[in-house]
Amino acid sequence: MHPHANSANADHTFEQFLSQHLERDLLRFTTAGSVDDGKSTLIGRLLYDSKAIYEDQLQSIQQSKLNRSTGPMDFSLLTDGLRAEREQGITIDVAYRYFTTSRRKFIIADTPGHEQYTRNMATGASTADAAVVLVDARKGVLPQSRRHATIAALLGIPHIIAAVNKMDLVDYSEEVFRRVEADLQELALQISPSGAQTIHCIPISALEGENVVTRSAKIPWYTGPSLLEYLEEIPIADSNSPEAFRFPVQYVIRPDDSFRGFAGQIIAGSVRPGDRVVALPSKQKTRVRSIVTFDGALPEAGTGSSVTLQLENELDLSRGDLLVSEEGLPNIARKFAANVVWLHATPLDLHKRWIMRQVTDEVRVQATKVRSRIDVNTMESSLASQLGLNDIGIVEFEATRNLSFDLYSQNRNSGSFILIDPLTNATVGAGMITENLEKATRRSDPKLADVGSQGEKPAEPLQTAAVAISERVHRSGHHPGAVWLGAGSSLAAPLERALFEKGFHVVIIDDSQHPGEWSEGLVRGFYSAGMIVLYSSHQALEQKKHLLTSTIQPDRILHVDALSRDADDASLLQQIVAWVEGLRIARPEEGR
Amino acid sequence: MTQYLYEEECDELPAFSVEGLPSVPRLSHLEMLEAESIHILREAAASFAAPVMLYSIGKDSSVLLRLAQKAFYPGKIPFPLLHVDTGYKFPEMIEFRDRYVKEVGAELIVHKNQQALDEGATPFALGTQKCCGLLKTRSLLDALAEGGFDAAFGGARRDEEKSRAKERIYSFRDAAGQWDPRNQRPELWNYYNGKLDKGEHIRIFPLSNWTELDVWLYIYKENIPIVPLYFAKEREVVVRGGSVLLTQGPIPLLPGEKTERRTVRMRSLGCVPCTGAIASTADTLPKIIEEMFGFHRSERENRAIDHDQEGSMEMKKREGYF
Repeated sequence: MHPHANSANADHTFEQFLSQHLERDLLRFTTAGSVDDGKSTLIGRLLYDSKAIYEDQLQSIQQSKLNRSTGPMDFSLLTDGLRAEREQGITIDVAYRYFTTSRRKFIIADTPGHEQYTRNMATGASTADAAVVLVDARKGVLPQSRRHATIAALLGIPHIIAAVNKMDLVDYSEEVFRRVEADLQELALQISPSGAQTIHCIPISALEGENVVTRSAKIPWYTGPSLLEYLEEIPIADSNSPEAFRFPVQYVIRPDDSFRGFAGQIIAGSVRPGDRVVALPSKQKTRVRSIVTFDGALPEAGTGSSVTLQLENELDLSRGDLLVSEEGLPNIARKFAANVVWLHATPLDLHKRWIMRQVTDEVRVQATKVRSRIDVNTMESSLASQLGLNDIGIVEFEATRNLSFDLYSQNRNSGSFILIDPLTNATVGAGMITENLEKATRRSDPKLADVGSQGEKPAEPLQTAAVAISERVHRSGHHPGAVWLGAGSSLAAPLERALFEKGFHVVIIDDSQHPGEWSEGLVRGFYSAGMIVLYSSHQALEQKKHLLTSTIQPDRILHVDALSRDADDASLLQQIVAWVEGLRIARPEEGR
Repeated sequence: MTQYLYEEECDELPAFSVEGLPSVPRLSHLEMLEAESIHILREAAASFAAPVMLYSIGKDSSVLLRLAQKAFYPGKIPFPLLHVDTGYKFPEMIEFRDRYVKEVGAELIVHKNQQALDEGATPFALGTQKCCGLLKTRSLLDALAEGGFDAAFGGARRDEEKSRAKERIYSFRDAAGQWDPRNQRPELWNYYNGKLDKGEHIRIFPLSNWTELDVWLYIYKENIPIVPLYFAKEREVVVRGGSVLLTQGPIPLLPGEKTERRTVRMRSLGCVPCTGAIASTADTLPKIIEEMFGFHRSERENRAIDHDQEGSMEMKKREGYF
């Protein structure tokens, strides 16, 4: 029918090239902003410099009657796709853009930055692995940057990057950058007093292309990666994460009496034939017989894979049911609390019933209480009785029957939902579950609770400590951090001494001294107290690793195994101390 | 969980290397795109009463069809395919369509706006705007209404054109089939709202996040059959207004025009009079992909319909075009 793709005469080097392309992974990130802060220029630059812009598209921009730029090219005309946007010079809706480098494929969810488009920011953020927040170096942190960072944190984006733009207009001044950077660190602590959410700052000039794709010679005082290099390096959540297995049944495949398969996409953990699973809500137990795909049966499938499962027993499952591993059951409850972004002009009304879509399940829910509304500009929460368009708040809900869910901080799929107005069919709200209200033992999620907890009246059960991490950090002068040493490492003691003498609050936790999970608890405890934890343990265990990485931001953990293995103890010690030094905060009185 | 869980696991699972290399490799970008598209296809099949898949015979349709096979395997594709035939398609496309659809075992509906064709609708007489309006948009809306379809899958991608970059995966169309870009349903996470009132329908784009390169890489990796017109070959052509048009099928020569033989291929497939060929010697998939890296022009450039005026794709989409 057509020349066979894998024919023997295919060029060998090109085959290698192709296989490289096939292996590439995918990173989704979101940007937000208006014309003024150079967002379109930045995106245009990324697309252009990565050679994704085709010549004819460029020609049509140059010919456009609406070209607003004073320079040779207006990149925003490339990104603003609708007539109204081009005419009014604004970005209205989320636009998706694509580019590829030799390392990764990227999807940009490009969203408008104005307050009235909070819902679009949330939409773009919902699927993103990273957020690039634009900050004008001349203006510093404006409400718009705050809003974007807050929404990014609320939507659980693991990596927030601040691109401090227009450095060309401040003569590439390090002083200006450091000042903005300090404000951004302050913002990070406001958003997340536990210190879990960090903001990584990069000085750039989108217009001049400095530090966007390649490192800039004009910014010699900055030695970190360019924006694109950083985006290429960001770790993406692993499909083999040791999380408990979650498989929402999407569709039942039953071509004839001999086959009955449950089709769906794995949203957490992985599965092998023989694995014991529990079907929810029925709580029937069975085993997985096989993982069926068009390309043959699989020995194992991980998070993100769309597969079909055959089970040992003839269970009567249908769309909306959830298959989970026996260990680590999700929450099963009718009452829950959630952070809600309101997407519609019709306000959230306590008397109305909504259709709630949560994974593949659909159920009627009613909001029973609006606990507070969060001002995304100041991050202050206030009492409220309803939520209007673009409002964000904490809301309690009650469903007409039990739901199976995880907290959003544990799983962005099984912890999220949308609300649909049964009368108009409009998507009116988006929710992130923070709390199971039926189980006293299930605690709310600290990370999400952080957002907005700065107000006069903190949301009821969310504040767990009287002293915020930000206060501890300001007292100690450094962020908390964890250094993961090998089991029985001889480095622990000298390291503790060296760091102590440099003024760090430091402690050693030795795994061999404590049974089971105790040491992880200790690490987290000392970490939350703002200390540098030297953790000596077996690093081989993914389970263990996950316990820590789920609560500690990846860039606050140093895996000593990742450093050169040939290095001697003295140079390893030096490298570790240098890393810890990076956790110091800039004292405003010293920095200015 | 027991207190000593980790010690036990340490004995049971020595397979973890020191670096903690995962035993299930992380999904590549193509695998992620595939899984996402399959998810979308299954969502739609589960939530609509009467979905249909628009089948245009092009490379994107070929990929869409393969994804549908995968989504419902070992079952059959649970919805029919619909080809809106303008009557101006390349004969090789029709031949490929009939053979391949049969091979896949799918149900095919072919719809033509016969009345317009009988009344002499041609791009030469009407211009591309009007001709497309009658033979594609009108014809599509009629076919959807006749079949009582409430959802239609299409192979459109967001990277094709800038108004498409703003398109949702579930694109809501009112009772007249129109798109309102300022009033789209927000799409968060992977939740798609397909709730409808009578007469409304949803256009579903499972390939939204694919690029042209992804489509070719996937065709290569999966060995998916495509229309031979995509491969370079010496063909009879006529050069008209900067476009190189194939002379197969319904394309009358204008006075003074002469045909010539050139080695060309099609980068995208549309109607014979309105789709230009490109000079190329790429006669295998790897060569086509290799050529893509050297492309400086977008794939829809040779489609007259996109270029009548600024924003013309957006206008057509508002009227009901894919």
